[in-house]
Amino acid sequence: MSQTATLPIAFDDDAPPALRVRGYWSTVGYRLRHDPVTLCFGAIVLLIVLIAIFAPLLAPFDPYKESVILRLKPFGYRGHPLGTDELGRDLLSRLIYGGRSSLLMGLIPVCIATALGGTLGVIGGFAGRRVNAVIMRTMDVFYAFPSVLLAVAISGAMGGGMANGMAALALVFIPAMCRVAETATAQVRSLDFIEAARATGAGTFTIVRYHVLGNVLGPVFIYASSLVSVSILLASGLSFLGLGVKPPTPDWGLMLSTLRQSIYIVPLSCALPGAAIFVTSICFNLVSDGIRAAMDVRL
Amino acid sequence: MSDVAADTRDIGGPAQPLLIARDLAKHFHVRGAGRSARVRAVDGVSFTLFKGETLGIVGESGCGKSTLARLLLHLLERDAGELIFDGEPVGAPRGITVAALRRHVQMVFQDSYSSLNPRMPVQDSVAFGPFVHGRNKPDARRVARDMLVKVGLNPDLFGPRYPHELSGGQKQRVNIARALAIEPRMVILDEAVSALDKSVEAQVLNLLRALKQQFNLTYLFISHDLNVVRYVSDRVLVMYLGCVVELGPSEDIFIRPLHPYTRALLGSRPSMDPANRIEEPPITGDPPSPIDPPGGCRFHTRCPFAEAVCEQRSPALGAWLERESHVAACHMLDRGSGHSRAAQ
Repeated sequence: MSQTATLPIAFDDDAPPALRVRGYWSTVGYRLRHDPVTLCFGAIVLLIVLIAIFAPLLAPFDPYKESVILRLKPFGYRGHPLGTDELGRDLLSRLIYGGRSSLLMGLIPVCIATALGGTLGVIGGFAGRRVNAVIMRTMDVFYAFPSVLLAVAISGAMGGGMANGMAALALVFIPAMCRVAETATAQVRSLDFIEAARATGAGTFTIVRYHVLGNVLGPVFIYASSLVSVSILLASGLSFLGLGVKPPTPDWGLMLSTLRQSIYIVPLSCALPGAAIFVTSICFNLVSDGIRAAMDVRL
Repeated sequence: MSDVAADTRDIGGPAQPLLIARDLAKHFHVRGAGRSARVRAVDGVSFTLFKGETLGIVGESGCGKSTLARLLLHLLERDAGELIFDGEPVGAPRGITVAALRRHVQMVFQDSYSSLNPRMPVQDSVAFGPFVHGRNKPDARRVARDMLVKVGLNPDLFGPRYPHELSGGQKQRVNIARALAIEPRMVILDEAVSALDKSVEAQVLNLLRALKQQFNLTYLFISHDLNVVRYVSDRVLVMYLGCVVELGPSEDIFIRPLHPYTRALLGSRPSMDPANRIEEPPITGDPPSPIDPPGGCRFHTRCPFAEAVCEQRSPALGAWLERESHVAACHMLDRGSGHSRAAQ
């Protein structure tokens, strides 16, 4: 250290920096705290999740209790704030309970697909050549089918039920997820800092862990969040075909499809599950976009 | 540390060259151009790098300078040839491993931005090397901060910043710190100052010179800027189409170049005197494609003195003048070659 004083070069950039330098997480926290849109929609997401978790405490009625005389009643009828559905069940209770399966069907397949597809994509993108060709051509086979058809075919082959529906959706999302991760990885791989890291003597795993993942996570994260709403919608499609959530389990997608037949009798009630899906997916998208922006060091 | 003899890593002794390259070759297959199509990016390059010197490598774009640098670090697998680092063959059963070589040889790249991870604070980029070599994270961070100080960056101000928040010169200083953080003995500077402003370039060159003394380094300095090469190098190697055409002490090369290609390169430098304009470029056209390099002397297609012999035989690299250290590959220097100017 003593020798540095004798360096014959003077650099004039020791002046105080224009920006205050803070740590990474405090920067992220600071940005999130000053982002009202993300905060607001984050609160809504939190609310939706809490409602789903505490459904038994919040629901005014038993969501499974049917009544022949109370079928398709309008808002506010006899203590049913949102009316009843085609089997006379309380719509508000069913919406509250429906959030449970819808959120699960939205999040779990995306998480599985992100883990598996993302891993495959990073492996393919970083290994390149033959490994990449094998992985990506396999994914292309899945790509050849329309996603809804593929989901229907897989869950049809495996039988209905929530778990099989989730597995089917995960399989549908894996190729797209893999493609996003592969592209991002391949872009990073050719940059000099990867070569510099190799020149330092780092192994492949260390390079991927410290230099690739951070650069791949952003695009993967934003894509995954956009898939959540797609997943909720596809799950409802599966439920509609009798392949996902089975009636009488409350599920927004399933409710949307069964209430569809009553659209001329109680049009507002029909729109409610759709509105729930819409609000949830919009909020997920906006929140994930806000988080991604807050975590992007280049902004 | 500043005393050569005190460096415990110096196993070969001061007389043992730090790096000997023998007939290094790298041929790239060209996709979709038939089985035989190969780019001969580096084709039989031999040189010796002595301890503590700076060897400049010059040549046109595409002559194989960067490929050569990557071969030396084993970032590319060589197709033929031999590398001997401080007396030990690299990658051979009885020599040192590539991993060990990378402890001793580091590289600074031209593009200062893309050679730093954009999502990592620069101090972590610098700390990565020591971390990979077994230091724990706080320790590696400490080394990184010390290194930042040595390249003239205040670690408190610049350490936590990201590459996009630094200027080109600052980034390149971070890259130098990154390369030096694992205490290499040799640094390959691949166009390391070429992308910088002239004033910043001068600063960084002076920094490199100071660091060289302080850490007892050996430099391999690759550049297309002849003036810079002359300023920093002890010896200069001139490459053309993947081959060495001339190698000698810096002043010899610049004052008395032997090879017509070297003369053409030197002649193409813009003069500082506006009255002394270059009327005609001393060398015209592009170098021939390295996919199918010309037979004989590779330079004969552009050489103003080319004769029949130049197309038929490739000249050997030899010391034709009284100075053993200055070698060139040209038939005009070899009396027995049959070139009409060879007798002069």
